[in-house]
Formats: sequence, C-alpha cells, structure tokens
Amino acid sequence: MISANLAAIFYLVSGILFILALRGLSSPDTSRQGNYFGIAGMIIAIVVTFLSIGNFSTSLVYVIMFLVIGGAIGAFIAFKIPMTAMPELVAGFHSLVGLAAVFVAIAAFLNPAAFNLGNVGDIKLASLIEMSIGAAVGAITFSGSIIAFLKLRGIMSGAPITFSGQHILNLILGIGIFVLIFYLCKTQSTNIFWTVIIISFFVGVLLIIPIGGADMPVVISMLNSYSGWAAAGIGFTLENTALIITGALVGSSGAILSYIMCKAMNRSFVSVILGGFGADNSADDKKEKKDQKPVKSGNAEDAAFLMKNASSVIIVPGYGMAVAQAQHALREMVDKLKKNDIKVTYAIHPVAGRMPGHMNVLLAEANVPYDEVFELEDINNDFANSDVAFVIGANDVTNPVAKTDPKSPIFGMPVLDVEKCKSVLFVKRSLSPGYAGIDNELFYKDNTLMLFADAKKMTEDIVKNLD
Amino acid sequence: MEIDPFIFRLSIFILSIFIGYYVVWSVTPSLHTPLMSVTNAISSVIIVGAIIAALAGTSESIFNTSSIFGFIAIILAAINIFGGFLVTQRMLQMYKKKKDKKK
Repeated sequence: MISANLAAIFYLVSGILFILALRGLSSPDTSRQGNYFGIAGMIIAIVVTFLSIGNFSTSLVYVIMFLVIGGAIGAFIAFKIPMTAMPELVAGFHSLVGLAAVFVAIAAFLNPAAFNLGNVGDIKLASLIEMSIGAAVGAITFSGSIIAFLKLRGIMSGAPITFSGQHILNLILGIGIFVLIFYLCKTQSTNIFWTVIIISFFVGVLLIIPIGGADMPVVISMLNSYSGWAAAGIGFTLENTALIITGALVGSSGAILSYIMCKAMNRSFVSVILGGFGADNSADDKKEKKDQKPVKSGNAEDAAFLMKNASSVIIVPGYGMAVAQAQHALREMVDKLKKNDIKVTYAIHPVAGRMPGHMNVLLAEANVPYDEVFELEDINNDFANSDVAFVIGANDVTNPVAKTDPKSPIFGMPVLDVEKCKSVLFVKRSLSPGYAGIDNELFYKDNTLMLFADAKKMTEDIVKNLD
Repeated sequence: MEIDPFIFRLSIFILSIFIGYYVVWSVTPSLHTPLMSVTNAISSVIIVGAIIAALAGTSESIFNTSSIFGFIAIILAAINIFGGFLVTQRMLQMYKKKKDKKK
C-alpha cells in the first residue's frame, strides 16, 4: 500500500515516459527506444495501481488472469497481422479503447465509492459530468471505429451512405446528449446515463457512414483523436494524471494527423465530416472521355527497356501496390536497376494508402531503406529531371487535373508532378477511375505508357525482362 | 480562497495538449503509422480505471455488476496494450533491418 501522493508522482512519471515515447518517433533511430519508454510507462502505471489499492484478495488473481488473457490475444494479433491490414487493426484497436472507456465509466457510475466519487445516487457533480462526457466520447469512438473497421475490411462498402436530414439528425442527437447530461446531473438517474451511452453509439455510426473510402486516412486519425479525448475524460473522473496526460497527447496527435491528411487532400475538415466524397461519379462525363482519347499501352518488355536506358527512376507507390502485395517484387526490380547504376528513389504522397504513413511501413517491410523514400514536398521538383516515373497502384495522387481543372473535385489537392518525367509507366489493371471517382488525365498523355496488369505480376515480368 | 484541485488537473491537461502538439509535429511522416499504433497502446492506460473497478468487489462477491464491467475493460485494454506496443515494435524493427544492411 503506497500513499495517494506517492502514487500520483508515479503516474506523473509514467505520463512523462509516454511523452518520451512519442518524442522518440521523430527519427527511426530513436523510435525503438521511444517504444521501450512507452512500455516502461505502462508497467509503472499498472504496478502503482495495484500497490495503491493494496487489496490483495482473490479478486487480484482474476485481474491478473484477465490481464493475461487480453495480453495473449493482443500479442497474437500483433504477430499475425499482415502490414497491409494495419489500417483495420488500428481502427479495431480504437474501438477497444472506446469501449474500455465506456465500461470504466459505467463501473464508476455503478460503484462510485470505489473511486472516491461519492455514493450511488449522490455522485459528485463534477465527476458525474466528467464520466458522462468520457462515456459519450468513448461510445462514439467505439461505434465509429467499428464502422471504419468494416469499411476498411471491405465487409461494408466504402461508398458513403447519406440520407436527407442526416446532418440535422446528428445535430439533434448531439444536443440531446448535452441536455440528457444536464438532467443526469440533476436527477442522478441510471436510466438517463444508459440513454446517453446508447445515443452516443448511434451518433458514432451516423458520423462515419457518410464518409467515403477516399477519406479513410482522415477518419482513422479523427477516431485516434476521439479515443484520446475519451481517455482524458475518464482521467478527470479518476483524478489520474497519467490518464489525463496521455489523453491530451493522443487527442492532439490524432487532431494533427487529421489536419495533415486534410491538407494533403485539399479538403476542409468540415467537408470530410459532412461526407459524401467519392460518390460524385458523374457517369456521362466519364463515358465521354473514355471513348474519345487514345491511350498507349505496353508490356513488360517495353517497360524494362525504358527503365534499363534511364539514368534515374522515381517509383510512385499507392494502395494498389499493397493490395497486390507487389512491394517485394518491386524491391527486387529496384535492386536490378541499381545494379545497372540507375538512381532509384520513392515518392510518397501523404494520403497514399489507407492511413497516415501506411506506404512507408509497407516499403520498410520490403526492406527499402528509409533514406530512399521521400515525401511529396521533398521530391516533387525531381520529376522534371528524371527519366522514368513508375506509378504502381497510385492514381488520384498523380492526377494533373488537380492543378488544371477548377471544376474537378480534387482541384487544389497537392499532387505528384509525375507527368513532368520524360516517360511515365503506369501499372494499372484497367482505365477505371480511382477512389475520387474521376478520370486521370495522365493516362492520355503522350509520354505515358500504360501497363495493364496486376501490379505484382507486371513487376515480376519486368524483373525477368531486366536480365 | 482555495483553488479547486480540478483546476490543477485542467492545467495539466491543457499543458499536455501543448506538449502533444509540439511533439507530434516533430514526428517524421514516415513514422505516422507507428505513431498511431503507439498512441493506441498508451491510451489504454485507461486500464488503471478498469483495475480499480475490478478490485472493488468484496471477497464475498468478487463479481458484482460494477466489477464485471471492470474485468471486461481489463481484457479490452490489455489487448490494446500488448497488441499496440508489440505491433509498433514489429514495425519499428523493419525500419532498423535495412539500416544495418547498409552499414
């Protein structure tokens, strides 16, 4: 049994270790050390909690048992999950944080004495507000993340689901939650508490269903942020510094990532939330373009020839590469090119993939050195001086329309200036448009050679032809 | 007049948001995915609340309504803690491998 003051100091230490964990991610070299800081912080927080309760009854055995069960499940998932499925995994994990926050809030509401918050029916006002906000945000995080998970997994269509009056309904429900919390404080009614949680579950679903597949990177970051705010809300209830610090860190981290993602798509946060993006396939417009413009298409041999005679090649990977699992074949191709003294670099758009930094992880998995991988603003000027751009699985992020056509839904979005390369090799299965639902002008440029095939198969064929 | 302890916690909260703001902007974009998985893991420090709730049962009734919610929350948070830290570690390990190869 340790005193509450000592426990509070240890919680502060664990909060600081969490800050250092994030700080470590400023460079790959320090990142692993950062992760160890995070683990240390977590161990301190858990051990101190046990010590501060000091109630070593049979309950403790069960607590440790449940801890081990959860830990084993978590460890199993962590080792089994393929890197391409990281977005779903993170969405799934967010939902667990959200639900855990809801359950802790419920436990505190049903047994406030255990948390020093007063007695049943007479919970301290501030604590009641804090726990109901924590529970509401947690519930929104939970159901929202479940929807995001289903969309990312492809169990649910990525197309936005909208209906008239949707935003008004959300607004009414949002106000309803606040009104109910107000009455909850007056009456301490259990029924109102449950109602707040149930409405919040609905709000979570309603918030995410109208958001289309292309906006998924924003959604994941946003839910990341929510899970932080939920944790902070519970932290206030429990008067726990570690939880408050962590909640604030995670909340701001998610908010910054959402901001970065929105900026990379030139979309305002509000318009992402309101949703509907990815639905605007004006069908006639597409058809008209398709039968008018000719495309040049080639095969693996042409591609190999072009690259062999180049002196610099820039690879532009996108989510399609991940789906086709082509990253390892790609790495093989690059190795061959490098042997011929060809300079190869990778250009990554911030929204390539389904979550922030997803492409970087996939390339890292294929053993691509991270100093050959460049972000949009660092490499965009190099396209003009390069011989070949090899676009594999990316689409909208290379579309020059974003720079030229103010009517286009992606106008103003920062794109990779792929078309400035002497020649462009574009690996794609068909001429179908990308997630934004618009045609890519790049397909019809004179210096573009389309390689119609599965990304992995095409890359393997090119490797053969490079010999 | 005494200052409510809530104000102190609020101060910690606001200052932490600022710390988070500056720390996260310095995270290199190539590590944004590990950033998300590690923030996931650390936000599961909510497990401390779950442990308190779970241990609140008396020795006669280890499982009452409140503690059952605590126990379930322990499992959920534990999945996240172990899963989050381990998957982050796995990813960061990949960033190391090639570095060594180069040297």
